[in-house]
Amino acid sequence: MFESKAGIFFIAGIGFFGFAFLSNAVVPILMYKDLPEQTAEEVVNPNILYQFKELSRRYPDSFEAAIGEPTKENCAQALRLGRQVYIGEGCWHCHSQFVRPVSNDSKRFGAVSETWEYQNELQRPVMFGTRRVGPDLSREGGRHGSDWHTVHFFRPKTVSPDSPMPEYPWLFDGAPDQPNRRGLALITYMQWLGSWHSTYPYYEELDALAYE
Amino acid sequence: MSSATTNEILPRHADLVEERLVRWYFYAALAYLAISMTGGILMALQLIHWNPLNGIEWLSAGRWRMIHTNAVAYGFIANAFLGVLHWSVPRLTLQRVLSQKLSYFIFIAWQAVVLCTAAGIIFGPTLQAQDWVASLTDQLHLPMGLGAQGVEWGETPFWIDPVALLGLALVAANFLTPIARSKGSMYVTLWYFMAAFIWTFLTYAMGNFLPEYSLTGTSAGAVGGLFIHDLVGLFVTPLGWGTMYYIVPIILEKPIWSQGLSLVGFWGLAFFYPLQGIHHFLYTPIPMFLQYGAIISTIAVEFVVATVIINFMGTLWGDGRKVVTNLPVRWFYTGMIFYFITCFQCALQVTLTFQKLIHFTDWVVGHAHLVMFGVFSMWIFGMMTYLFPILLNKPWYSRRLCEWHFWLSAAGVFIMFLDLGLAGVFQGYYWSSLQPWDVSVTGSQPFWITRMFAGLMIAGGFLCFLWNLLRTARGRSTDSPTAVSAPA
Repeated sequence: MFESKAGIFFIAGIGFFGFAFLSNAVVPILMYKDLPEQTAEEVVNPNILYQFKELSRRYPDSFEAAIGEPTKENCAQALRLGRQVYIGEGCWHCHSQFVRPVSNDSKRFGAVSETWEYQNELQRPVMFGTRRVGPDLSREGGRHGSDWHTVHFFRPKTVSPDSPMPEYPWLFDGAPDQPNRRGLALITYMQWLGSWHSTYPYYEELDALAYE
Repeated sequence: MSSATTNEILPRHADLVEERLVRWYFYAALAYLAISMTGGILMALQLIHWNPLNGIEWLSAGRWRMIHTNAVAYGFIANAFLGVLHWSVPRLTLQRVLSQKLSYFIFIAWQAVVLCTAAGIIFGPTLQAQDWVASLTDQLHLPMGLGAQGVEWGETPFWIDPVALLGLALVAANFLTPIARSKGSMYVTLWYFMAAFIWTFLTYAMGNFLPEYSLTGTSAGAVGGLFIHDLVGLFVTPLGWGTMYYIVPIILEKPIWSQGLSLVGFWGLAFFYPLQGIHHFLYTPIPMFLQYGAIISTIAVEFVVATVIINFMGTLWGDGRKVVTNLPVRWFYTGMIFYFITCFQCALQVTLTFQKLIHFTDWVVGHAHLVMFGVFSMWIFGMMTYLFPILLNKPWYSRRLCEWHFWLSAAGVFIMFLDLGLAGVFQGYYWSSLQPWDVSVTGSQPFWITRMFAGLMIAGGFLCFLWNLLRTARGRSTDSPTAVSAPA
């Protein structure tokens, strides 16, 4: 069996792979089968809708041209596109989206992440991330105004001089106060992160951070 | 060369091996490695504020970070191993591959897959912003972007995935046929290769479809972790070790030290390796008992790795000097030492104690580079160093350049590994001590600058290799090809 073709094909090749899939994938799938996946429309909450409307007032011409009215449906569409930009530009390779229960993460970033927060269309595939060059973004929504985000995406060093983050001028029509469709969508997505949580908007425990 | 070509009853080498295809695969692999290194250097420059191309959409470091990893996995490593397979499988089985026409079709199809992946990653997000594309994707309710998918190592855009999967199925059919037709007992190498064909197909299907189409959140995270892990462990690792079991005894001209240990190594890897996926996402909302299971099987596999290393050291015993004189042997054994280091590191870093500190840091990046470059790329370079003189029927143009290639690669990747490991420890402490985020970024600068120079060393070694290869290919043929530094 151990050196036969059939043994290697069926036991090692298919059997062991299947066993691992069962224990590492099917078990969590079964555990969460009762938590239904929400659509982007369902996760549009008053917090993000407020930010979305604020965005439309702050950049009325750009918003009108790229998105139209700041309705709930358009907000869901913007969240979908924003997530696609987040993935396409590789944001998730330098920013994580889970707050760990260790390493003082919860002081810096807010409440420890839980499963229910990820049961929606916008976490398919899940954006846990594997590296933090920049900070975790699970609770990013509401921490900065949308004007900060536009300047930051246009040229990060303007507001964060030591940041090694790349510039994204193609999310704008030439100037930071003229975000295009992708830019507005990405900012909507940023403001959405954590907007579902009771701690929104979360700010660091500044006392703990005043180390000087 | 081998006895197969001299014995008249056995098929001739020329009838078995399509050497041109091996060469083509190697050339393609090297081209993608050059592209990948460009991406790596771009990202390294970005982190130290030296990127002169910052703000150019198609050269964005974020997108090229994904080119860097995808070009290595699917461009360099996959192509190089396909070349090695076209050499070794027919010679081991004494059977031709299923179809030589299919082989050439796969070659072209696979290059198309890799190039489309790169094009998708670079141009996809741009294309998506066009009004007509946007309205079309809205009408189709397309849940994904045209660019990268959000699974690490599985960024292959969704519209390429079915083609890539079909390609993997064809590869499996092409090589499993000669293995199935071969007579007698199977050599260790073929166990690994056979399993690799099945595992790679299943792994690719799992990682590129489930988290995109049917799974959300935590379950998708579990599958994503399994995918990252299996891609290295069930695609690259078995091909790598299968190659080592094949080539080391040939060059050292003696059998592998212990057949029994080979069995332990293979079955231990096959059982324990796939069980570890979740260790990539420790401290996530994935249930704790699953995390513990992944940790225990990770520690278990280190014992298996030790048996494999012992087996190869036992094989080398008595021929230690060949590590100095014979370049391929040196590449292989250096890679094995690095393999042992990374696996030993795994057993430590997978514990929750270590994870608290090093998760999300550059420690992991250093680890990944030692595995992908320090081990598997080194083995591939060893194979190329051994095979190119045979394939081109010419000796290496310059032994000295071969030496430069080795030393720059080995030193570069080891410096990078130490440097990023140390950077990870610093970053971990900066974060947990709740200093402002910027402190962890500015504090990383010395390490990132060192890393860039380590990367340039690796790239320099690679350029030596390319130059050497070019001069070799243009040089005069010899009647009796010899591998580098064949024993006098």
